[in-house]
Amino acid sequence: MDLYTLTAHEIRDMIKEKKISSKEATQAAINRINQVEDKVESYVTVLADEAVAQAEAVDAKIAKGEDVGALAGVPMALKDNMCTKNVLTTCSSKMLYNFKPPYDATVTEKLKNAGTVLLGKLNMDEFAMGSSTENSYFKKTKNPYDITKVPGGSSGGSAACVSADEAYFTLGSDTGGSIRQPASFCGCVGLKPTYGSVSRYGLIAFASSLDQIGPMTKDVKDCAMVLNHIAGYDAKDSTSVNIEHPDFEKALTGDIKGLKIGMPKEYFGAGIDSEITTAIIKAVENMKALGAEAADMSLPLNEYALPAYYMISSAEASSNLARFDGVKYGYRAEKFSDLLDLYCQTRSEGFGAEVKRRIMIGTYALSSGYYDAYYKKAQQVRTMVMNDFNKAFETYDVLVTPTSPTTAFGIGEKTSDPLKMYMGDICTVSVNIGGLPAIVIPCGYDKAGLPIGIQIIGKPFGEATVLNAAYALEKTITKVRPNL
Amino acid sequence: MNYETVIGLEVHAELSTKTKIFCSCKNEFGGEPNTRCCPVCTGMPGTLPVLNKAVVDYAIKAGLATNCSITKYGKQDRKNYFYPDLPKAYQISQFDLPLCQNGYIDINVDGETRRIGITRIHIEEDAGKLIHDDYSNESMADYNRCGVPLIEIVSEPDLRSPEEARVYLETLKSILEYTEVSDCKMQEGSLRCDVNVSLRPVGQKEFGTRCEMKNVNSFRAAVRAMEYEQKRQAEILDNGGVIVQETRRWDDVRGESIPMRSKEDAQDYRYFPEPDLVPIVVSDEWVEEIKGTIPEMPEQRKARYIGEYGLPEYDAFILTSSKKMADFFDATVSEGAKPKTASNWLMGDISKILNDKELEPADIPFTPAQLAKMIALIDKGTISNSAAKKVLDAMFAEPADPEALVEKLGLAQVSDEGAILQMVNDVLAQNPQSIVDYKAGKDRAMGFLVGQVMRVSKGKANPQMINKLLKEALDKA
Repeated sequence: MDLYTLTAHEIRDMIKEKKISSKEATQAAINRINQVEDKVESYVTVLADEAVAQAEAVDAKIAKGEDVGALAGVPMALKDNMCTKNVLTTCSSKMLYNFKPPYDATVTEKLKNAGTVLLGKLNMDEFAMGSSTENSYFKKTKNPYDITKVPGGSSGGSAACVSADEAYFTLGSDTGGSIRQPASFCGCVGLKPTYGSVSRYGLIAFASSLDQIGPMTKDVKDCAMVLNHIAGYDAKDSTSVNIEHPDFEKALTGDIKGLKIGMPKEYFGAGIDSEITTAIIKAVENMKALGAEAADMSLPLNEYALPAYYMISSAEASSNLARFDGVKYGYRAEKFSDLLDLYCQTRSEGFGAEVKRRIMIGTYALSSGYYDAYYKKAQQVRTMVMNDFNKAFETYDVLVTPTSPTTAFGIGEKTSDPLKMYMGDICTVSVNIGGLPAIVIPCGYDKAGLPIGIQIIGKPFGEATVLNAAYALEKTITKVRPNL
Repeated sequence: MNYETVIGLEVHAELSTKTKIFCSCKNEFGGEPNTRCCPVCTGMPGTLPVLNKAVVDYAIKAGLATNCSITKYGKQDRKNYFYPDLPKAYQISQFDLPLCQNGYIDINVDGETRRIGITRIHIEEDAGKLIHDDYSNESMADYNRCGVPLIEIVSEPDLRSPEEARVYLETLKSILEYTEVSDCKMQEGSLRCDVNVSLRPVGQKEFGTRCEMKNVNSFRAAVRAMEYEQKRQAEILDNGGVIVQETRRWDDVRGESIPMRSKEDAQDYRYFPEPDLVPIVVSDEWVEEIKGTIPEMPEQRKARYIGEYGLPEYDAFILTSSKKMADFFDATVSEGAKPKTASNWLMGDISKILNDKELEPADIPFTPAQLAKMIALIDKGTISNSAAKKVLDAMFAEPADPEALVEKLGLAQVSDEGAILQMVNDVLAQNPQSIVDYKAGKDRAMGFLVGQVMRVSKGKANPQMINKLLKEALDKA
């Protein structure tokens, strides 16, 4: 048995039971990285030596019987937009090609305290803008199920990495589907928590009112386990919510008798591949067989979520990314004539095309004279979409939808048509607009053998419910491993 | 033509909270460049602001002291612009829901009370400072001031002359000082203002086109800038020209303002609600709690000094225009000094020494108790008024018990009748001509003799006793 194929909770338990050392688990992951990383290219930075040293330190503590944290010795990797003290954090942008943050993000700190080992930092679409990880300045990550296909994005590195067994778990961030769509494409589990569940402190912002960090894992139990260690109120993030979270791992009973599932008809119509629709309906049948009740319903205002999403996220991004100006850190243009030219040259050379496109959209939407028509209108739509969801959750416990209109598409297939790329986010953005939790797990494979992900959406702070629904469903699905 | 001047002011005051507005860095002036900052106030990628509740407390306090209504459900907004001293490239400020609105303050100009409207008071963060090195032609950024909490106090265009504006600024300054919202140290830039000036023909209702002046760093500069602008605009209008709405930079050294940018070039700050922060919800209880912390304000205190202590209005005004001075006065009086005497010393010699040394009342090195003791020594006749001035100088140089200083400096007054009489007799023996002059009715002779006795006593003889004994001796002679 190869250690690297094991789940994070299996590794955790084996280290705890002293069946293996953290060093063995870490070395197995590093060997796997050496074996497949040339093909997958999920990492921006691999910290092989540092990880081994960290693992040895954990092992030494375990030997001495010291308290080493609940995830002691479990090797993992982080998306490269989460700050790691003195470790490169690039957002896969030329703009931050040399940026080493002077501090740890709250999630980094929490996972450190839990005893995990950091294997490295993962590739992504530049500043998390994109749906294919093709917008990385450094490399194009490949889908482990077919290396001619994209892994999805923006957390493409996080999804491909865990799917290819190059880490036992990873963290991604999700602004409009950036955890869920790549999880769907790469056949792993991805959860976007309720806005405010996980601290955003140290997550380099794309769109502040939408960004959430979440786990990307090999199975649902891992997802619950990791969420236990990253969720919670953080005084450093004013938007984090101060509520008591349940033990998500313990909430996995597999009992979904009487669970009320809504299937919004807007997500099952034209534009969604029939293979996907079929797989989702089949999955719902499986859940019904376990005692759940399902019904067709409607979210009439959801169709407005996509344009509202692109307005709000771009507006916030235009402001969040203004600090990258060549003055303080990161990239600075070599030649410039004066201050304005320093800004213009640095930002023209440091940002990629997609980032510049969003900055321009956002700047426009916030400009005086246009604010009411775009930004303000989008915020009004946001309220309407939220009401749409609130109404649905008066009747249903969870909503089930496809994650993406297609399975993983070819590298280069959509790069010339941004609008087509944006349309691919149609199934995921409304969840961010509503601030809701949603999980994606593989529920089947298309004819080409590419994974199909099902999205289960819950009420605000209903993570335990969606995790348990996914846990029950997972047992009815035969998982196919990628063949690398 | 005769014009009426219309002035509105935007005053920025740094709050004296212990920590900065969005992080736990200490809110202190100065320090080596970039030593008083952290990842949050330098806007490092990924960091988030957390609003310091004390900033809201202080702003509400300023609002209540200026009769504003307090916004119950407020928010903060981002003001976006690029400049190297602004590390996030946006300033967190307040746009359409400022914390305080629709207030006023009353000011006294030439014995008349004028009510000046306060449009709004909002909270925001300060930016850093750029240091330009002309020698190397480089600019360096110091982010120590980033995140220092500010309130911006915007007045209605209710002011009608530079002098009125000056009184408004002085009054506002004392309100901020009294409420301890700001230390108002002008030299440290804790109070800064932007000036808006327009002219209109006397009798016209509509406002003229206004110009805004930036970089006004003192009240004196504000008055000069307004006077300059008044003149500049009047000249343009008299020559049939039109005023262009623009922002101008005041150059205090050259005593003139130069255009910075016109209305067309006005920056679009792309304000939008700050998504990293939650709404500011102010309960009635919170407002009441802050109301309870507002101390006696300058007007009330002035009335008390006139009514209770019988001070002249002028004295009361001067003393109360600085809270520290008024506090010092109150404490000196409660240590037993007569109010009028204490007031004379504070407004006279002490103020003069402070001015000469460019110090503020807060910098007085000795205690009110020590001043009261010094005054008591004069009252008891232990030292003369002139000796007391020497004691005061010594107290500024090295604060100590006045009695000990009198001892150390040998300033104790001689009030021993026998000793003084001896001196009087000696002096009279040596100056027979002066006795003749005195008898002949020459007043100057008396003054000369007093001076001689004082000289012999090395300045320590009690002047009243010299006068009395000398007169008796002369009458007998």
